[in-house]
This record gives sequence, structure tokens and C-alpha cells, in this order.
Amino acid sequence: MAIDAEEVVGATPSNTTRTIHVTVNGTPHRSTIQNRMLLVSYLRERLRLTGTHIGCDTAHCGACTVLVDGVPAKSCNLFAVQVDGKKVQTVEGLETGGKLHPVQEGFHLEHGLQCGYCTPGMMMASVALLAANPNPTEDEIRRGISSNLCRCTGYINIVKAIQYASAKMREPTKGGP
Amino acid sequence: MAKAEPIAGGIGQSIPRKEDARFIRGKGNYVDDVDLPGMLFLDLVRSPYAHAKITALRKEKALAVPGVLAVITGADLAAAKLAWMPTLMSDTQMVLPTDTVMFQGQEVAGVVATDRYAAADGVAAVEVDYEPLPVVVDPFKALEPGAPVLRTDKGKKDNHIWHWEVGDREATEKALKGSAVVIKEKLYIPRIHVSSIETCGCVAQVDVMGKLTVWMTTQAPHAIRTVFALVSGLPENQIRIISPDIGGGFGGKVPVYPGYVIAVVAALTTGHPVKWIEDRTGNLTADSFARDYHIEAEMGATKDGKLTALRVKTLADHGYTDAAANPSKFPAGLFHIITGSYPFATAFVEVDAAYTNKPPGGIAYRCSFRVTEAVYTIERLVENMAHQLKIDPAEFRLKNFIPPEAFPFKSALGWTYDSGNYAGALKKAMEMIGYDALRKEQAEKRARGELMGIGISSFTEIVGAGPSKQFDILGLKMFDSAEVRIHPTGKVIARLGTKSQGQGHETTYAQILAEELGLPADAISIEEGDTDTAPYGLGTYASRSTPTSGAAAAMAARKIREKAAKIAAHLLEVSPDDIEWKDHKFQVKGVPDKSKTMAEVAFAAYTNFPQGMEGGLEAVDYYDPPNLTYPFGSYICAVDVDKETGQVKVRRFVAVDDCGVIINPTIVDGQIHGGLTMGFAPSLMEEIQYDEQGNIKQNSFLEYLLPTAVETPKWETGKTTTPSPHHPFGAKGVGESATVGSPAAIVNAVLDALQPYGVTNIDIPLSPHKVWKVIHAKDPH
Amino acid sequence: MYPPNFEYYAPKSLDEAIGLLDQHQGEAKVLAGGQSLIGMMKLRLAQPAALVDINGIPNLAYIREDNDNLCIGALTRTAELGRSDLIRSRYPIFSDAAAEIADPTVRNWGTVGGNACHGDPGNDLPACMIALNAQYRVQGPKGVRPLLARQFYQDSFVTALQPNEVLIEIRVPRPVAGTGTAYSKMERKVGDFATAGVAVQVVVGKSGSLDGAAIGLTNVGPTAIFASAASEFLRGKAGTASDLAKAGELAADAAQPIADNRGPVDFKKDMVRVWTRRTVARAIARAKGGK
Repeated sequence: MAIDAEEVVGATPSNTTRTIHVTVNGTPHRSTIQNRMLLVSYLRERLRLTGTHIGCDTAHCGACTVLVDGVPAKSCNLFAVQVDGKKVQTVEGLETGGKLHPVQEGFHLEHGLQCGYCTPGMMMASVALLAANPNPTEDEIRRGISSNLCRCTGYINIVKAIQYASAKMREPTKGGP
Repeated sequence: MAKAEPIAGGIGQSIPRKEDARFIRGKGNYVDDVDLPGMLFLDLVRSPYAHAKITALRKEKALAVPGVLAVITGADLAAAKLAWMPTLMSDTQMVLPTDTVMFQGQEVAGVVATDRYAAADGVAAVEVDYEPLPVVVDPFKALEPGAPVLRTDKGKKDNHIWHWEVGDREATEKALKGSAVVIKEKLYIPRIHVSSIETCGCVAQVDVMGKLTVWMTTQAPHAIRTVFALVSGLPENQIRIISPDIGGGFGGKVPVYPGYVIAVVAALTTGHPVKWIEDRTGNLTADSFARDYHIEAEMGATKDGKLTALRVKTLADHGYTDAAANPSKFPAGLFHIITGSYPFATAFVEVDAAYTNKPPGGIAYRCSFRVTEAVYTIERLVENMAHQLKIDPAEFRLKNFIPPEAFPFKSALGWTYDSGNYAGALKKAMEMIGYDALRKEQAEKRARGELMGIGISSFTEIVGAGPSKQFDILGLKMFDSAEVRIHPTGKVIARLGTKSQGQGHETTYAQILAEELGLPADAISIEEGDTDTAPYGLGTYASRSTPTSGAAAAMAARKIREKAAKIAAHLLEVSPDDIEWKDHKFQVKGVPDKSKTMAEVAFAAYTNFPQGMEGGLEAVDYYDPPNLTYPFGSYICAVDVDKETGQVKVRRFVAVDDCGVIINPTIVDGQIHGGLTMGFAPSLMEEIQYDEQGNIKQNSFLEYLLPTAVETPKWETGKTTTPSPHHPFGAKGVGESATVGSPAAIVNAVLDALQPYGVTNIDIPLSPHKVWKVIHAKDPH
Repeated sequence: MYPPNFEYYAPKSLDEAIGLLDQHQGEAKVLAGGQSLIGMMKLRLAQPAALVDINGIPNLAYIREDNDNLCIGALTRTAELGRSDLIRSRYPIFSDAAAEIADPTVRNWGTVGGNACHGDPGNDLPACMIALNAQYRVQGPKGVRPLLARQFYQDSFVTALQPNEVLIEIRVPRPVAGTGTAYSKMERKVGDFATAGVAVQVVVGKSGSLDGAAIGLTNVGPTAIFASAASEFLRGKAGTASDLAKAGELAADAAQPIADNRGPVDFKKDMVRVWTRRTVARAIARAKGGK
């Protein structure tokens, strides 16, 4: 179990702090935090997972999107205490065993990113989109990523990136029984 | 003879980007990712009033908040002569006010705390008493006698900032009077905000040796360093600006914002690193806007449709200080590209700027220094003229374009366009969209009372600022640079004075150097943004990187090749005169299998170079471009308008761009897609407005509308290639063309759809209620 | 961007939750999806001393029909409402609305109950609930009481829900034969509140004319509006183009929009007219067996 950087040994929760247990990218954490700490702050500042980004104050841009128990959430619009006992996946958890997730591959090969700032949130939304709908039409893709704003790409290549990932993930896996 | 193998990752290849490796893993290094031991946080108190005297400011409650360490006010800064700072246009701007605030959202005090939540608590606890003053919001009213004078601090007696003009007033007046047809239009291009997904911010740190390091969201790190040195008195070699990964710039990260200065002051006074990250509200309300031009344009033509003259008068609303990031000789930027793709014999442009109680800025939204405003004007008027003369707008343009043989072309307003083939781009766009079929469909729909429109924009862009004779920012000439060093094992590090914010420089510069050096792109590392190591440059904005540093990279590479040729000759035991650079190799003339690669020469540059020659293999080039470059294109848009609701749907949009020689076609297309989206959104949904009290009406993404993938059209792109004759490899720059060229195409299309209602203008954004109003006025249900 | 601190409770039972709300005497807020509340807290527009997180309370999220009613547990996520086949086949007004509330990610967390009882005139479900004559079941210290949606909304952010009560279930009468429902939301972009939203339920009788109609309007007044005159007008009508046009005009008359960035008052009223006509047409088409 990972104890995060600022956990105070023996800290007891007060009525404005709480101890939470949350698994992030497969690693369990125990942290004592202020109730008001947003999930995005917890991830970025306490766990030093800075791939998830903040882009606005009003939960419109989606740059902070992570998966909570597999479901996309805007981590700037959730308190960390609300994910006590849950599993969170961030962009840092997409690559496994040194192998990129097909969504990451797609974004790279189809030039689905430019400045990269909206990209982690966009990719997490894409992962969830394909999990729910493995072979989406272009319009379904556009609706599926409509919680995520991008200023650089005009979305054209993001759509292609997701189509690449969709095709790759529907390929029958090679190798015999 | 066998065709030469292209060099891996050379010019023209769509290689995937090298920088992606960190971004797709969430391992980018943006300013808010910088984490230093003992780092403190700065948050800002902002004025709720657009114009007010500060009668009291109390820090006590804020200082009592747990975690709050300091509250910095204008009075504190004034003691160090830092309450005011120069702007990039040699005006003055408050860092923090000592007595008067000038726009809603203006920074009033800084709160420094141990974490950002405590800083927010501190901001809520600072108490400020204001005495509201009369607000100046309308720039026309600002210039009327008796208007409240805003810049009394400068001893001004009115709100007029400057007047600027170019062209021939008398000849233009005469030509318009003598024209068979003259049209006149008033166009207002409202304020918009670039809203890159990453806001602005910095981390300021002073180390034990007294060196100031600032990680900063800046597109121009060297210029910032020099400005900081001049303003603070700190020695310039004791200031290091690091521009790390930037989450979108588009011009919004060029100005020096008060938050940066306050963070530096806080770092100096607390002895701790201080981080300031702007929130989105602060970003929208206080940091650099773009546009806000009130334009009156007149255009003349002969009765058979030949353009004669153009006259433009503009009032520029600059907010409370002139902080537009323009080249110093051009307070209205490159607005006088406004004669566009047409050979007007005469033209006259005048611009007046006014102070108002709004934030300063003007340039920050992918506009190439006011070129968006210029292109919008000319392409809207040309379309209107075509309709006025009942000539098809495509035919009208083809009839009037500057012909290819006229280049280099000197415009009536003083620009020498390097190359162009306007008819080629327009014809290609017409073919791609099926123009004739669309016009036929439109005629049928019109007969049924359905609203369908087609609009064109054939723009000439002007980028690559710029030649030292004409271009400087605060006196700093606008050359740019590349320093290239080849290691013994044939690997390269190149550093440039520009700074990518997503344009893919780590890939495209590597491609230029791959082509010029004959080494594969993946052997070439590109670095930008650290002023301690990168050669001096003026940064990336106004689509200038490829025309300036791209050229510098090529020139540096050619200097290297000159030396390398001598080493090759030495290795091949021939005279240097017998060596030619062919097929990316140093070959003995006439004996192609006697050759050396750059990699072989690189090793020899350290191990086996001629006696009397210096070892090593590197060069630096500071490139002073001989001219600007002039990308161009033609865009055609087809829209359908819902007659009952005023909603506009862009059915098709074809963009044919010509940016000269293309380094990476996929990256160029990416720039076009993004640029088109940033032309589309202001045309239909983005706008910053103020009420009569100077209250901003769009201070969050709930009201400042950025399009999602659902609203954004499916852009179709095409290319023509007309190289720049003066650029080392014929490239022109492309980052902003699509933002510059697209609004006119969209608006022309909507107005075309509304042709039954006889309107010649609706000011953008064309929100449904504005379109509805036009329809409803004539056609109430 | 960062809220002040607060006490936080995550009760495991309704009684515990209600006890906590009661104890805090109006200083505590229910945290369900939080998608509206947390945003207000971040901007410091709402500063509750305590949050009572009800997400851990079992048996509050379900979609089912009994003999008389569709019963939706208040904690049902909006996304779940959007995915439900039962809803799509028998109450498509909710499928329409669920596809347009906020954006897809927010819908994963926002709840049906929250959208119904938050009291923002921009929320989309209230007009639907009004059109369907829904009943809200609300639990407080003294037990459960029913409230009609048509009487629930008093002013912007003011509803009949007391600070020590929790909305637990929404009941919608099962549709009779010939029922058709639809919701239209005119919005400037995905994620915006409605410029105008129209919720319609019609019942087409055996003769083909309308036995009844109910129209609710979103974001054109301080609360969702029951366009009763327009609804009453359609009863007994054949449902011709002229009938629909007239209904639109009556609905526009009932609207009390304010001018804002979405447009001036006359425009918004005209949008109510247009979208009422279009939505009634869609509801009638569905009643007659279309989609």
C-alpha cells in the first residue's frame, strides 16, 4: 500500500478532514485529507499524478476527466472523499507492462493531439466510450467526446484516433490457443 | 539512374510527432506540474468594479487565515517602484493598483499561502472598499468631449491613444468618387478570448546565488527575460525564463501579466518559490483579449466589376492601456494587408485607438497581428460587391485577383507579396466542394423558400515577422535563431529561439534539419524555451516560426555543410572544390560512389579533421528575414439556416491552403483543422460583451462558448504549393491562416442564405437570435 | 475555484441522513451527484457547513414499473435513465431529455432526483415531470410525503423540499393507450442550459384526435412552467397544423423568459412557439406508432 507524500503519521480525521482509501491505477492509497479537497487536487498534488489537468472552474472543459470504477468523471467536480473505497484510473494507468493502450497509439499515429493539455482527459473519455460502444459511428464518437473541449485540433484527428483504437481493439488477438 | 532515397523524416513526410511520447502518457511538463520544495501559492483578489477608487484595503482578516503568509498590495509594490510596468507597446500597465481600478476583474492584491486552498480562503478574506467611478465602455463615447478621462496618471486630457494611417488619402478619395459603384459597410468584430485549455501561470524561484528562475507560460521567453531585466534591475544573466510544455498559446501567452510579476516579487520577498496559476475566471476577465475593432469600409468598382479603391476607418477599443503585442512600428499590426488578394491601385487606411474600462490586449487569438480583422473586412466587402453587381462571387474574385505573373507584388499600402496563385487555390476549392452543383441546389431551394447559402473567402496572409528594418518589439529586432550541434556519433541537438505551444516543433524542425543535414529526423533533438541555453529569439506567434527559425535552422545547417564539405574532401583526399552535396551526401563531382555521409563527417569532425581547422561541427544562425511571407488560400462554405429558429448549420467547408513548401503534411492539416475551428467559433458563438457598468457577460465557459466535437464541422482540406522565393526552402508558415481566412467564408455564406431579406451585414457572432431577427423582421410568422 | 471547508457525512441509511440534515437546521446540503452543487461551492456561491453524501444509501437507484406507476429512485444516474430500454420504449420523453442534460460525463454522476429537485430553472427534467404529472416522494423526520411536480417549484432555487428532507422517488403514472411523449431542447452547444426546452405528453384517442395534452417549458421563467392554456387548448382537437400552431402561440404566451446571452425576450418566446409546435408534432407521431 502506498502512503502518499503528505500523510501525517498518526493523523486523526477531524470533522473537516477524513481518511480515505482509494485505489489509483491499481495501487491502493490511504490518505488523510480535507473534506473540500477536489479529486483532481488529490491526484495531482498528493499523489503527484500530474497527467490529469485543470482547464476551467465550471466543469465544462473535461481536461480533468478520469475513470471512477470505470465510469468517466470530471475530477474537478468531485471531492476526493467521495471516491473512498473506489477504483480510480488516470492517464498514467493506460499503459500496461510497457505497452501503450490502443487509444494512446491512435492519438499518436493519427495526430490526435497538439499541445497535449486536453489529451489525457480526452483519452480517458475515449477509453470509456469504446468500452460502452466498441464500434461507434463518427457521430457517436463526436457525441461521446462532447464533454471534452480541445482548442488545438478541431477534433478531426481525435475522431480518427478513436476510430483507429476501435479497429485495433476489435482485431482478433493473434496467437493460437 | 536510381531515384535518390528520401532522408528518413525529411521535408514533406508525415512522420508521427516525436513529442507525443510524453503527452500520451500524461508526462508532459506544464507549469502547474512544476513542484519545488517549500513552494508557496499565489492567488489574486480581483475588482468587482470596472472603474473605481480603492478607498481602503484591509489585510488583517486574510493574514489570520491558516496558511496565509502574505498579502501584497499596490502600495507594497509602489515602494519598490513596481506598481506599474511597461507594456509591449510602450504604454504603462498596473501590476497592482495604488488607488484606482480600471476594469472588472483587475488584479487588486496578491495572497501568498502554503497551499492553493488556503490562498483561496485568503482571497475571500481580503477586504476592499471601493468608490465606483463613471464607467467608459463605448469607445465612441470615450472619444466624445466630456467623457471621463481614464489615464489621468499619464496626464492625458482625453481617451485617445494614437492615430495611425497608411496609403494615399487624396488618391483614394478621388478614385472612390470616380467609381461607378461604391459600397460601404460598418463591421464590428467583437472581443473574443483565446481560451487555451491551459490558463496562464508561473513558478518563480530565487536560488541561493540570487538567480531568478521563472517557469512561465510564455510564447516569447527571451523577450520576457529582457523585459524583466529592464524593469527589475536584476542582471539579465541572473534571470532564467523556462517555457516548458505550454497547453496552447495562440497569442494569449505573449503578454506579461501582473500575476507573473507579483509571483516574482513574492518569491523575492519570501525567499520561497511561488506558484501562480490563473483560474479560468481570471483568464477570461483579465487576460489578453483579441479583436474589438469597429470598422467602416468603402470599396469602389467599375461597372463591369473591376475593383478600384478601398478606404477603411477603424476605431480600436484597447481597454485601459495599450498592451497589444504588436511590432512597435505598427500599432494596428499588419492590418494594412487589407487590400488582400486584389491589386487595388489606391487605398487608404486609418486607425484610431481609444481607452475604455476593459482589460488590455488586442492581439491574442491566432490573428497574425490584426490580419484576421483585415481579411474579414476585405473578403466581406468583396463578396458584398459581387452580390451588388450581380456577379457570381467566385467569378468576381477570379476576375480581380492579383495574377501569378505580378509577383513579387507591391500593394498600394506598401507590402511586397512574395508569391501567390490565387486563382489556382480558388479553382481547386470550387472543384472540391462541387461549386456549380451547390449553386444549382441553392437556386432550387431558394425557389422553395429554403435558406441555403454559399460563401467564399480568398485570403492573403502575412506572416514571418520580420525584417529588422521594419520589425521590432520594444526595440528588440524580430530575427530568430537556430543553434545546431552535431555530436561525434552523428546525433544532433538543435536549439531555437521560438517556442512551440503544440505546433509540433520538436518534429518539424527535426525534419528541416534532416533534409538539410542528411541525417534521419530521429537522430535530431530539438530544444526550445530555456533562455539559459536557447539562442535569442522573439518566440512563436503570428505564424513566424517556420519563416524565421525554420529558415535559421536551414541556414545553420548550410553553414555546417560548408565546413563538413571540407572535412569530406579531406577524408576523400580531393579538393573541396570537387565536392558537391547531392542525394544527402558529400559526393565527388562526377564520381558518385566516392562519397561520405554527414554521419561519417561528424565523427571525423572530432577525430580526423584537416590541420588548421577547428574541431567540432556546429553553427548558429540569427536569421533576419528579407521579407515577410504571404500564405494564401480559398475557403468555401455551404450553410443551411433554419428559417424559424435562426440556427445555422455548416453543411460543408472546404479549405484550400497554400503555405509554400510543406514540412509535415499531417501537422499542417492539424493546424488547419484547429485554425478553422477558431474561425468558426467566433463567427457563430464566441463573444465577450460588457454591460453599461462594465460588467463582463461571459466570465466562464457556461457563457463563453467553445464548440465541442458535436458543433464543430467536418473540415475538408486541400493544398496548392507556391513556394516562397526568398525563404531558404520555400516555406511560408501556416499556423493562423485558417483562423484568419474562415470567418468571412462562414459569414458570407449565412448572408447569402439570407439573400431574400436583403441584408448586407450582421455582426458576428451570428447567434440564432441575430439571424432570427433579420428573418422575423421581414417574415413574422 | 476552491471551496471553503465543510463537515462531511456519508450515512448508510436514509434515517441517518435525515437525522443529520435535521440536526444541522438548514446548514447542511444533500450531496447526490453534486454536479450542480459542487460547482456552486467552488465559486463560493453556496457555502454549506456540512454535506450529507447519500450515495452510499442502498435501494435509492432503480427504474421499474408497478401496476400504476413508473417508479424512478432519486439516486438513479441521468446516464442510466438515458440507457434504459424501458424508458425508451414507454417514456421516450426521458430518453430525449437525458441525451441533452449537461454533457455525457456529467450525466454519469448527476442524478434524476437532483435534476428534478435542485430548482434551477435551467434543469431539464422538471418540465418533463410537469408534463407527465409526476409525483415526488419526499422523506423527512416525520416520514414520507407525496408532492406533485406541478406544485413543487416556487421560484428559482426555491422548491417545496424542506432542508431536512430527501427526495427518494419519482412516480409517473403509467401511460394509457395512445400516449406519446417527447422533449426538445434548443441549446447553443452541448452542455448549455436550454434557450427554450419543451416537454410534451399527448394522448391520441381512438378517433385520432387528442384526448389530452400537457406541455412543460424549460428555462423560460423563474421555474419550469406548466403551459396550461396551451395544454387545455389541444384537448379534443384533431391535431392539425393549425392546432399545433395555436398551441405554440399559447405556450409562448405562458412563457416569461428573461433576456440573456441566449437572446432577447421576443426571440425566446418565439422559440417556445416554434419548439412547442415541433415537439407536440413529435409526441403525436410517437403516439401513432412512429419513433
